[in-house]
Amino acid sequence: MTDKLIIRALNKRFNTPAGPFEALANISLGVASGEFVAIVGASGCGKSTLLRIIAGLELPSSGEILVDQRPILGPDRGRAMVFQDYSLYPWLTVLQNIRFSARLRANARSGNTADALAADRSLQLLELMGLERVRDSHPNALSGGMRQRVAIARALLNKPELLLMDEPFGALDAQTREVMHDLILHILALEKRTIAFVTHDVQEAVYLADRVIVMAPAPGRIDSIWRIELPPALDRTPELKRSPEFLTMESLILARIRATSGVHRDLEALQRFTGRIA
Amino acid sequence: MILRGSLDRRRYLLIAVASFGLWLALWWAATALEMVDPLFLPGPGVVARRFVIWLRDGDLLTDAGISIFRVTSGFLASAAMALPLGLVIGAYRPVRAFFEPLLEFARYLPAVAFVPLVLLWVGIGEGSKIMVIWIGTFFQMVIMLTEDVARVPTAQIEAARTLGASGREVLTLVRLRSAMPAMFDTLRITLGWAWTYLVVAELVAANSGLGYAILKAQRFLQTDRIFVGIILIGLIGLGTDQFLRWMHRRLFPWAAVRST
Repeated sequence: MTDKLIIRALNKRFNTPAGPFEALANISLGVASGEFVAIVGASGCGKSTLLRIIAGLELPSSGEILVDQRPILGPDRGRAMVFQDYSLYPWLTVLQNIRFSARLRANARSGNTADALAADRSLQLLELMGLERVRDSHPNALSGGMRQRVAIARALLNKPELLLMDEPFGALDAQTREVMHDLILHILALEKRTIAFVTHDVQEAVYLADRVIVMAPAPGRIDSIWRIELPPALDRTPELKRSPEFLTMESLILARIRATSGVHRDLEALQRFTGRIA
Repeated sequence: MILRGSLDRRRYLLIAVASFGLWLALWWAATALEMVDPLFLPGPGVVARRFVIWLRDGDLLTDAGISIFRVTSGFLASAAMALPLGLVIGAYRPVRAFFEPLLEFARYLPAVAFVPLVLLWVGIGEGSKIMVIWIGTFFQMVIMLTEDVARVPTAQIEAARTLGASGREVLTLVRLRSAMPAMFDTLRITLGWAWTYLVVAELVAANSGLGYAILKAQRFLQTDRIFVGIILIGLIGLGTDQFLRWMHRRLFPWAAVRST
């Protein structure tokens, strides 16, 4: 079976005042339908840029990127993105935020029935996310965790083929993040989406993903890919994070990130530098 | 003593009233003790009496009315043109590149210096006053509205695009809606400037209005009348500003009012 998402020899160059910047170099990757991939890596490795290219918010400088064999030419309703923060519409209530995509022309199918379907589904999502109590509140009255639940529900309303998440829990505290992890696994077991998830939290990546992709900076490239062999989504519990297999996997990936962060090279340079002064 | 956090509304109001009261008392004391020549600074009592007489004579309301009409017309003319322009310039970079340098230049043009030209162009009718106000407020307004529209969080726009919004839907359903409270605030702030340019226009070229009344009072050394005119403009300004702040809270309960 061919992959849902195919990336071949993709490059992305940004022109900055300091000269061209090689954000992504020779990225090749395939993501199967229904798969959950997490992308981790040191800062500046281009993981967010890669996600933005999959979303169609940026275009590659060269190379191929295909969804269902069709090239990505721009943003599309089939590839919804969840951002870290500030993406909800503060003038709309929780329910109106979740239903936002139903108001768009691209999603208008056959009038009343489509509206009814969207309304029905938005209520389901509201319940699934535990947001019924705040359905008529505005986002600024909600906690950070609740806001992200609204953002995820909004992205899911359309049943996107690909759900893209850019550090969605990066601004949340550790406890809230744990709750969100289990919520995500629970929802995915029901909704079966293909997901690309960018995070700086390796534990999060190992707990949620089927595969973890480690990226390395300067230029942004794929360093290694790790298949995570964990029980199915619904059987995972927070205790798993303390199990030996889990911790081994986590430390192996962390070691890779550290090795690619470039810090040790800087240390060597520093030693040479101080040696020269002495 | 509250150093951080917010003051509740009642306390804020109390302190505000006390501040007005203090200045009024100082003014009264300075004149009652005859520390200054009443020709330079007439007392609050004299000014209040002048206000009543002027009001009874009948032309104070006419003057205030005509001034309010001019400010409103000039301001609305500015806003009607600046709102769509600001939205488009703020939303589309190429449009911004086209207009921005032009606007940055235009906003440094001294509106006051345009008065003789305006008189030449449109004569001494109502049009000239409205045009001076327009010149004084329009360019600033467009620049500030542009900034309001451009400051909409990128994540709000990009989220809409990945949900399937067209460029037009991003503009109307996200950018405009998101920037609206800030745009409303910008209008409130520029309305205050419109009053400045009104007085300029009326001082130079008018035979009615509060600015003209102030000028006429100066010729007869009626300082109390000048005071009535100045204070009245201040009160009208304060009143509309408070009204617009109240409207802002009613229209956009989810957004904060800018403090200026």
